[in-house]
Amino acid sequence: MSETTAHAQAQSGQHHPIRLYLVIWGLLFVLSAFSYMVDYLGFQGYLRWSLILIFMMLKAGLIVAIFMHMAWERLALVYAILLPPLLVLVFVALMVSESNYTIFTRLAFFGTAP
Amino acid sequence: MTQSVQTHGDPDLRPGGLRGVAADFGSDQRAFKTASWGKAMMWIFLLSDTFVFGCFLLAYMTARMSTPVAWPNPSEVFALHIGGQDVPLILIAIMTFVLISSSGTMAMAVNFGYRRERGKTAALMLATALLGAAFVGMQAFEWTKLISEGVRPWENPWGAAQFGSAFFMITGFHGTHVTIGVIFLLIVARKVWRGDFDTERRGFFTSRKGRYEAVEIMGLYWHFVDLVWVFIFAFFYLW
Repeated sequence: MSETTAHAQAQSGQHHPIRLYLVIWGLLFVLSAFSYMVDYLGFQGYLRWSLILIFMMLKAGLIVAIFMHMAWERLALVYAILLPPLLVLVFVALMVSESNYTIFTRLAFFGTAP
Repeated sequence: MTQSVQTHGDPDLRPGGLRGVAADFGSDQRAFKTASWGKAMMWIFLLSDTFVFGCFLLAYMTARMSTPVAWPNPSEVFALHIGGQDVPLILIAIMTFVLISSSGTMAMAVNFGYRRERGKTAALMLATALLGAAFVGMQAFEWTKLISEGVRPWENPWGAAQFGSAFFMITGFHGTHVTIGVIFLLIVARKVWRGDFDTERRGFFTSRKGRYEAVEIMGLYWHFVDLVWVFIFAFFYLW
């Protein structure tokens, strides 16, 4: 490889057709409209929560993978950035358990007061 | 077992998959082969910011789960009276679309930056900043409306007192991020417009030569702000 092509490659960065971004933009619009419809149509209970989570994860995935170019990075960076946030789920489990205990003590000792 | 793997030089010879992860981290060189230090540091900053917002949302979850008082219904709280009827959550929906549109224009600005079309890049970045400012404006309107209705960090007319503190803390911190992003966008857009990245003019603060990668790094921050809003929209407004 000649010096100039190596230089050109190092300078090039991410090259993708504009169409790709427009398609993702459209998809994000549609997914946002769907999440809004969940509230507008008044779905409740597990249907509501699962739909909210599905649309949320799809939107987050599209933004990170395409807009932030994670899909084209080396796996070392992908793992270094995307795996640590999963530990937040451990924190969630701890706080769910803690919240259940707090509301139990509040109801047991104060009735329904704060 | 002794094996050697290519970890530098021609990118096509680097192993992929988990083997590539092990080779990259064990290479006794830079771990992130294709990401520059600037991009890697922005990613690591965003990771730390993820934990900040993660903790805010967790605190909100804990407050909401541990109170016996009913949580105010966000669908009604954030409804607007339009054309003689209450439209639920309409302002938040518009804010969501505005922020997603700003992410779209930002992604295209990055693309035109790498094509070295500085006019289009700067114009799209300005459009992004404008949409971001519109978002902050709508948020200011929303805060004003809620405050006039009696929402305070310690009380509100509809239910659990923690609603106000969670609302002001989470949306306030996110709005601050958007505001900083708009300022950051205007600075980088000015550099693009002036041709700093074509002439490799040195930055006023770092004295380093600028490259169009700065636009992509700026974009990472902006998309992250949009990403956080996706989670706030789902957990705070829709749940």
